Amino acid sequence: MRISCPLCGPRDRREFYYRGAAVALQRPAADAGEDAWQAYVFLRDNPAGVTRDLWYHAQGCGAWLVVTRDTASHEILATELAAEVAS
Amino acid sequence: MRIAGKGLLDRSKPVAFRFDGVRYEGLEGDTLASALLANGVRLMGRSFKYHRPRGVLSAGSEEPNALVTIGRGADRIPNTRATVQEIFSGLDAVSQNRWPSLAVDLLGLNDLAAPFLGAGFYYKTFMWPAAFWEKLYEPAIRRAAGLGALSGQADGDVYDRAYAFCDLLVIGAGPAGLMAALVAGRAGADVILADEDARMGGRLLSETGAVGEEAGVSWAGEVLAELESLPNVRLMRRTTVVGPYDQGTFGALERLGHHLPHRGGGPLECFWRIVARRSILAAGALERPIAFRDNDRPGIMTAGAVRSYLNRWGVSPGRAVTVFGNNDDAHRTARDLVDAGVHVAGLIDSRHDAPQSDLFPVYRGAQVCGSAGRRGLENITIRSIAGEDRLQTDCLAVSGGWNPSLHLTCHMNTRPHWREDIAAFVPAPGAVPGLSAAGACNGTFSTAGCLREGAAAARAALEDLGRTAPPVVVPEAEDDPYRITPLWAVAGRGRAWLDFQNDVTVKDVKQAAAENFRSVEHMKRYTTQGMATDQGKSSNVAALAVLADVTGRSIPETGATGFRPPYSPVAIAALGAGGSGKGFAPERQTTSHAASLDRGAPMIEAGLWYRPSFFPAPGEKTWRQSCDREVRMVREAVGICDVSTLGKIDIQGPDAARLLDFVYTNGFGSLQVGRVRYGLMLREDGYVMDDGTTARLADQQYLMTTTTAAAGDVMRHLEFVTQGLHPDWDVRLISVTEQWAQFAVAGPWARALLNGLLDAPLADGDWPFMACGEVSVMGVAGRLFRISFSGEHAYELAVPARYGEALFRELVARAEGLGGGPYGMEALNVLRIEKGLITHAEIDGRTTAFDLGLGRMLSSKKDFIGKTLAQRPGLLAADRQRLVGLKPVGAVKLITAGAHLFAAEAEPLRANDQGWVSSTAFSPTLGHQIALGFLSRGPERLGEVVKMVDHLRGVETLCEVVAPVFFDPEGGRARG
Repeated sequence: MRISCPLCGPRDRREFYYRGAAVALQRPAADAGEDAWQAYVFLRDNPAGVTRDLWYHAQGCGAWLVVTRDTASHEILATELAAEVAS
Repeated sequence: MRIAGKGLLDRSKPVAFRFDGVRYEGLEGDTLASALLANGVRLMGRSFKYHRPRGVLSAGSEEPNALVTIGRGADRIPNTRATVQEIFSGLDAVSQNRWPSLAVDLLGLNDLAAPFLGAGFYYKTFMWPAAFWEKLYEPAIRRAAGLGALSGQADGDVYDRAYAFCDLLVIGAGPAGLMAALVAGRAGADVILADEDARMGGRLLSETGAVGEEAGVSWAGEVLAELESLPNVRLMRRTTVVGPYDQGTFGALERLGHHLPHRGGGPLECFWRIVARRSILAAGALERPIAFRDNDRPGIMTAGAVRSYLNRWGVSPGRAVTVFGNNDDAHRTARDLVDAGVHVAGLIDSRHDAPQSDLFPVYRGAQVCGSAGRRGLENITIRSIAGEDRLQTDCLAVSGGWNPSLHLTCHMNTRPHWREDIAAFVPAPGAVPGLSAAGACNGTFSTAGCLREGAAAARAALEDLGRTAPPVVVPEAEDDPYRITPLWAVAGRGRAWLDFQNDVTVKDVKQAAAENFRSVEHMKRYTTQGMATDQGKSSNVAALAVLADVTGRSIPETGATGFRPPYSPVAIAALGAGGSGKGFAPERQTTSHAASLDRGAPMIEAGLWYRPSFFPAPGEKTWRQSCDREVRMVREAVGICDVSTLGKIDIQGPDAARLLDFVYTNGFGSLQVGRVRYGLMLREDGYVMDDGTTARLADQQYLMTTTTAAAGDVMRHLEFVTQGLHPDWDVRLISVTEQWAQFAVAGPWARALLNGLLDAPLADGDWPFMACGEVSVMGVAGRLFRISFSGEHAYELAVPARYGEALFRELVARAEGLGGGPYGMEALNVLRIEKGLITHAEIDGRTTAFDLGLGRMLSSKKDFIGKTLAQRPGLLAADRQRLVGLKPVGAVKLITAGAHLFAAEAEPLRANDQGWVSSTAFSPTLGHQIALGFLSRGPERLGEVVKMVDHLRGVETLCEVVAPVFFDPEGGRARG
């Protein structure tokens, strides 16, 4: 598996650390309530299809990436810098 | 026997080798199989279950029968296919799965018991009593039914791994692959051409047909010479591409040493990861046998294998050869044999419209329905409308048609398509992104067709790559149509083999269907068909066809079994190359490593780091003696300890303080330049993640320290927060763990020691507890932090890593002058337990700030990571297990880490569990054992006696619950 880092180009997946769903970028406000926080920290979809998740280029530039990929075909549809997605 | 004038081997290069202890001679370029056949040896193995005598079925990596062990001793390699093992001078091959010898195998008795050993026999037979399975049945079955054995000793061979990148990967160097590589190579594309064989050319090496104006093998030689001359083409011989992976990555096994008498320390195998923008599968096709009664006798092999032995290796596997087929290709074998002067006793073609020949007798519309012979074929029985007839023969060449080698196109879970006209599966287009199939693996069997498809596939790939294809003329070659009438199994009594390696017969498949294992996947698992090391390469399609027949369905209705990587077996050692020993866990050394070893310190692992346990002094016989001395030394004089392994993160920018305020639970906004603060970090779920101190070095510069264990996690966490949650903040961070060597100088004489060392003595009052700043250490710019992990008056002195060793030696020498010296991890641990300071023994991912007695560090004035979920009622419940100190009060004085805590009178059962011991040490300062642990409602129970029970070590100790800080609870020593 290879991921195209927007900064470093296509690299082997061994250079990346996997975190999980890109939901982690949408941190609720401190007073958003239990449901919002439970959803943010614990609830995850498990799609057979397109998913967006966070990868960290640990052995490279140190960038956090949002990778859009298909869990069924393993096709990678897009990679973006988390910093750009979040801002 | 060797045939004069045939084959591609040099007759002047003899090679001597041994098989089962007997010396034979072959020729350079021989495989073990071809050399043994040349010596008239047909019996090469025993079958898995019935121990039937077996010879070669094939001439390639699909071989199910002729498995041998190469070498003796620790490095011996079992289950090597004789058909791929090249001979070399001194090769020592031994047959397998027989006792006492290959010719006389007493376990052949299994064959007589065959009526009881059919499909599913172990599921039915070894049911009762259940306890017998593990102790008796399984070991006995494993002994009787098996493959070769490993030596049981450590593998001394070297394995390597490597990476390669290319525009186009061509898998297989037969006519299609060579043509594809030629077109792409001439276009200037980076091409890798990989082939599992030692010699490239594929079927061209085994056939006599012409390509263009010359013999196919000469054409292959010329193409290879041109490819060798192109700098953009890499030829990888003896390299099996074993599987495609995502985004154009392929795994490939290169066999570097199996054919060499002496490897000179070089690797045996190299596992490649090849990244290709486009790929062409040109893997050829595998011939399939036809099932008939006793079709597994040595001497019965595929017709294509007979041609390979004859045309490539110059060997006839028999003196009177017969051929049995259902297609035109079988006739080619008979013609080649006659051309070579070998007697062909007859060609049996199941088709009534089979072509006739004046070179050999053709039995049209006939079938071979049996064979006979002791340890090898002596005659076959032919059945036709006219009745049954017997024919003397010592070699039967069988062709049931060809199966495209489409395995790699199934590895990503795509099923192949059935083509009725060739009675075979072909690859589904687009099965592997970027890969196209060409030639025989795509169902195109003529040489001309292979050349055309190879060229076309290369042109298409070049277009995808944005390159222009050069004009390349595809040479003319044999373009015969492939005519076949399917015949999978000859009807009749007795056992007709489908899967030779796992001893699965037509009867077994029928039995599976009768017992309602009608799905092909169920049939496979019930009969074990296709589950041996050859993965059913020669049996899958036939077994499927038999299943389709008995269940009254068509083959496409019945399904197709998929294939999984690897294409052929790969040793775990090759897959894991570079990942054993220090490759698995590299060693990180501090700058004081050598100095610590000089002092005889045993090193202990801390993550990947190696740190000194203790520094033994003369006369000390146990670690406890050294540790106790080092603890007293720190408490009474001064000790030196390398603390460089703690993570150090340099944080700079206008928003650096905001970041600290957000990741730490406590406030950092008020931290002054030149001051250090202890901080606590939570995970977002409210549990403690890490702790450490952060120093403010300048207005916009902070230095964070993390625990050794969590250094990487914290760095990643900070990157996530700054990039993913607050990209608007103007803050930058970098790990400087390895850039600075840092040493604790701890004890009442710490200040005196430093004042003798620093270029400017520490002014009174300028360096209170938790102060930090720049210092000059013998002319080197360093940093000093007045922090303490021992509870003593202490500093941590940091210098650039290149000065670390010199500084450590200097500090130790000066400490010794003051009655102190170095201390190791054991003493460090005792010192911190005496002070009730926590480490990851306490921060184990399940404990909260509340549990650790640090609840007050959760600021109410700001938001921080973990704040919201840390307020969950369950994480604040009064009966949670919370940090306490423990000391023994009964007759037993030992407290062990990991032991559980119970009320003094309670039975030590799980239901009564009230907590556990996290850290324990003998305190030389206090003169008794002390421990930290977690106890339900612990802080409310100070003074109570609880029972510690260690069920594993059999220890039971009565302990008093005390406050976690055992020594100097007011902290006067560190502040003074």
